[in-house]
Amino acid sequence: MKIRNYWNLRDWGAGIWERANRPKRIAIAIVSIVLVTLLPFAGASFLATPIAAYDAVLVYPVGVFVLMALGLNIVVGKSGMLDLGYVAFFAIGAYTMALMGTHTGLNTWEIMPFGIGFAMLAGVLLGLPTLRLRGDYLAIVTLGFGEIVRLVVLNSTWSKGPNGIANIPMPPDIGPLKFKLEDQKVFFWVVVTMILLTIWMIRRLSIRRPGRAWEAIRQDEDAAELMGIPTLKYKIWSFTLGAAVGGAAGVLFASKNLFIAPEMFTLNVSILILSCVVFGGIGNIWGVVVGAAILGYLPERIRFISDARLLVFGLVLVIVMNFRPDGLLPRKKREKAIIKKEVNA
Amino acid sequence: MRLEIKDLHVHYGKIEAIKGISVVVNEGEIVTLIGANGAGKTTTLKTISGLRKVTSGAIIFDGQDISNVPAHERVDLGISQAPEGRGIFPGMTVLENLEMGKFHRKNRKAEMDEDLDKIYTLFPRLKERVAQAGGTLSGGEQQMLAIGRALMSRPKVLLLDEPSMGLAPQMIANIFRIITEINKTGVTILLVEQNAQQALQRAHRAYILETGNVVKEAKASDLLNDPAVREAYLGTGAHS
Repeated sequence: MKIRNYWNLRDWGAGIWERANRPKRIAIAIVSIVLVTLLPFAGASFLATPIAAYDAVLVYPVGVFVLMALGLNIVVGKSGMLDLGYVAFFAIGAYTMALMGTHTGLNTWEIMPFGIGFAMLAGVLLGLPTLRLRGDYLAIVTLGFGEIVRLVVLNSTWSKGPNGIANIPMPPDIGPLKFKLEDQKVFFWVVVTMILLTIWMIRRLSIRRPGRAWEAIRQDEDAAELMGIPTLKYKIWSFTLGAAVGGAAGVLFASKNLFIAPEMFTLNVSILILSCVVFGGIGNIWGVVVGAAILGYLPERIRFISDARLLVFGLVLVIVMNFRPDGLLPRKKREKAIIKKEVNA
Repeated sequence: MRLEIKDLHVHYGKIEAIKGISVVVNEGEIVTLIGANGAGKTTTLKTISGLRKVTSGAIIFDGQDISNVPAHERVDLGISQAPEGRGIFPGMTVLENLEMGKFHRKNRKAEMDEDLDKIYTLFPRLKERVAQAGGTLSGGEQQMLAIGRALMSRPKVLLLDEPSMGLAPQMIANIFRIITEINKTGVTILLVEQNAQQALQRAHRAYILETGNVVKEAKASDLLNDPAVREAYLGTGAHS
């Protein structure tokens, strides 16, 4: 317990941000974005990943994990619904890209809205009947949904079953920026852009009515309904937005990987993304980003110890969750905010 | 007639919790439902506010049958509930909790300050605790917050579910005094209580519920002196 008092990065960071005025905040934001953009050039430093190509690792798993964790955080962190089938939306996005990319002449950017749209549609279709359920029941139903999607693509001819779909086209070049298999910097920048858009969207929503409705639903759903909040509507919104981010991540993943197969969309992915959210700090965007980045990167970084790496990975999870049960950067604690206000007053 | 329940039946799965009760609440009254655990008091309130589905029967509010109106729309009509066990949002501050009570109001910005003032006059304690998290309040303060939050939607009928639960005697007296005050401002109140003594002293009329049925309906003052009621609900050595 004591550790929290002097190792509270979240409050330290929030403190810097709150003390800063507008130009200072813009400066902080620009510097951080530039630093992140330059990450692919740090391949020769200690960050380098053995075996796997460093810039590819930054795209998948790291970038895609961060994106998906942010999407799942809308569902799990903001409105408090446990979704164990999040991989389904990722798969829907990926298969949309694969099928439309190989059968039509559309490119990745044109398929992106379709991928997001189909994922959202699936979110609404799954949400309407199931979001009346709560807690464990919802978790089980979503878990089933994730498996259904995987089994359908595994057993269908249009998806080429277990063989998967190959020859998915790469995204077209954006001006001088060329997408190449052996140099994936541009992919990384695209993921970063998508992550920034997602963060912007979540932050906008959080301070407005949907954010407050989700917060109320998470804390006490019956009471939220009694306040006049149409809880089912807001829950479906949250679920669908999460699905949209998952679908977008799927489209990008398929277009980057050039080949997808059902075995890439197992329950493991759902659980891993959920771990990213919990590890980083449920409900806190920056925690989720850091958590997903670490959990995506770490197994690749320690790949040289081969068999032991999953053991180390598990140990890190256990140790960190022991010392920081609320995650690396936990969400804002109300009590602390009060103490601060009283000191200021 | 503000609110009328006609031959209401409610089920939890296959178990019938409410077996055909009828209750009338007139404009400006405090009506109380008293009864032991499992009598169906809370279920009745939850059904009126819409958290529970009606199996059969009707809930008539201002002449309109609302049994199929979803809970969040009943708030717009003017039914507001302070739920059992307070149901405040523990992670939100007192002010944020109160603001949530206005979530559905169209002109909430214009009404906000006026209504907050009203609630702070009723509950000065809440003003002192404005920036404190709901979860860190004492039980009595939480109950005040729950009632205050329910008032933020400017209800015509206020449903109170055991406001005295788990509170110290002095706080109970305080809460009941405020309930009477709220009623004097023109809010009709339907009160569910196990503390029959206090409830009957404050209410105009009362219904006694037993295992899903209304067994008695009378003026509250009559029930206070009814020997059978005294024995069953007030205890022989009832303190006053």
